[in-house]
Amino acid sequence: MQESSSFIPYIKRYLKRCITGPWSLLCGLSVTFKYFIDPRRIVTEQYPENRKTLKMHPRYRGRLEMIEDADGNNHCTACGMCERACPNASINVLSTKNIAGKKVLGRYVYHFASCTQCGLCVEACPFGAIRMNQDFEVATTDPNTLEMILNKKEGQG
Amino acid sequence: MFVPSVTNPIGDFVRNLVPQVTAYLPVAFQSETLDSVVAFLINAVICIIAVCAVNIGSAPILIYMERKVCAHVQCRLGPMRLGWHGTMQTIADVLKMLFKEVYAPSGADKLMFYTAPMIVLIAPFMVCALIPFSKDLVVADVSMGIPLIIAVNGFGVLGILLGGWSSNNKYSLLGALRSGAQIISYEISFAMILLFVVMISGSTNLMDITMSQQGTVFDWWIFKIPVLGFIAFILFFISSTAEMNRAPFDIAEAEQELTGGYHTEYNGTPFAMFYLAEYIALVTNSALATTCFLGGFHAPCIGFAPVDNVLNMVPGLVWFFGKVFFMIWCYMMVRWTFVRPRVDQLMDFEWKFLLPVNLVLLTAGAAWIAISG
Repeated sequence: MQESSSFIPYIKRYLKRCITGPWSLLCGLSVTFKYFIDPRRIVTEQYPENRKTLKMHPRYRGRLEMIEDADGNNHCTACGMCERACPNASINVLSTKNIAGKKVLGRYVYHFASCTQCGLCVEACPFGAIRMNQDFEVATTDPNTLEMILNKKEGQG
Repeated sequence: MFVPSVTNPIGDFVRNLVPQVTAYLPVAFQSETLDSVVAFLINAVICIIAVCAVNIGSAPILIYMERKVCAHVQCRLGPMRLGWHGTMQTIADVLKMLFKEVYAPSGADKLMFYTAPMIVLIAPFMVCALIPFSKDLVVADVSMGIPLIIAVNGFGVLGILLGGWSSNNKYSLLGALRSGAQIISYEISFAMILLFVVMISGSTNLMDITMSQQGTVFDWWIFKIPVLGFIAFILFFISSTAEMNRAPFDIAEAEQELTGGYHTEYNGTPFAMFYLAEYIALVTNSALATTCFLGGFHAPCIGFAPVDNVLNMVPGLVWFFGKVFFMIWCYMMVRWTFVRPRVDQLMDFEWKFLLPVNLVLLTAGAAWIAISG
């Protein structure tokens, strides 16, 4: 009796899957067909050839840089949050004192060699003074160029 | 005549030419029998070269096509660097394959290990010889074409089993056994669909099957029988995909589970032969589908005289290869769209779905013939 009671639902399920199965396959085929005929969907970049026109994705995290206005002023207050947020000690914020005796940014030392471009410093900065730029051709033959000072002027505080 | 001869324009041309050439030879060499033997041998060489040209010539084109179709399905570009849009890439790959060192793993059965790829290559080559490419272009116009194809297609599984078994590798053995089980199962539905075509066309000769579809598009077997033809075509498509060991039925390779399956231990030229066999099987199965369902070398006439006259001006060979490449494109789209079923799902699908449907289809086809007369 157990057999006969479960037989009808089994057949129903079987027949239902005979319809839904091919339909789902057709849905999959329609997706790949759309991809196949639409060249705008291609994401591959022909990199060395299209170097002039290549535009990085806005989300890309390249080298760290300081946001500066036209006169070269920055928003850094030398609070050191980025230095503390950095997981591999790539940032050294060296502060100094201005004439009024207030702590301001002296030199913002950035060790690009040990940076993993995680972006935690940008998230930690309370003043929005730093950002990751779009540079991707950053290879160099001289390791000394990887030690850089990001700020042009001392901080105003 | 003394030796069997192929009746087609090229063969007749050779048979006429040979006596004219031998007339210049000394009298000792002039004889009716010798002429016919020489003509037969020349014809045989022409046939072998033609089959090899179609098969080996199509393989690089198909590999390039597969890469491009695969890339565009996955929003990529595919090979772009070597030659215009990467056209030379496959040639470079083939050369790389040929120049690699060939070696067998220690403990492998060397004789069987090196025989297996050749056995795999036999089946598609023999099937190719039976396909009518155009009205006069068929290498072997045998009356028992379909049974011969069914018989010869079984050769491929022998090579796969031998290759997997002789490799002395557990992955290879598992892949080969799985592939053997799969091909033997799906061969039943493959044969039944071909029998359906034989039943409705009334002949086992592939040329007669093609000629029985003469006329408009709606005389092709896929459309001529209202729904059954299309169902039969779909079933043929599924079972031939499984026969060819192509994804989604590529459990013989299943690289995620078996690191390459039966050809794990192969490299260099033997591996290239497995690869070649796979792509030639793609051509022959597409050609078989074209012959049995898509009207072979007939132009897709629509029953409107001015258009049909233009379409009929294009030679049958072009139509045939056009249809074959359309079928190959369909196989490739299926390959790069669907996911691979598990082994038990694969077997369930054959024995619980495909085979019953095939039997129903055969019965329905017989009923259709009885009703329509």
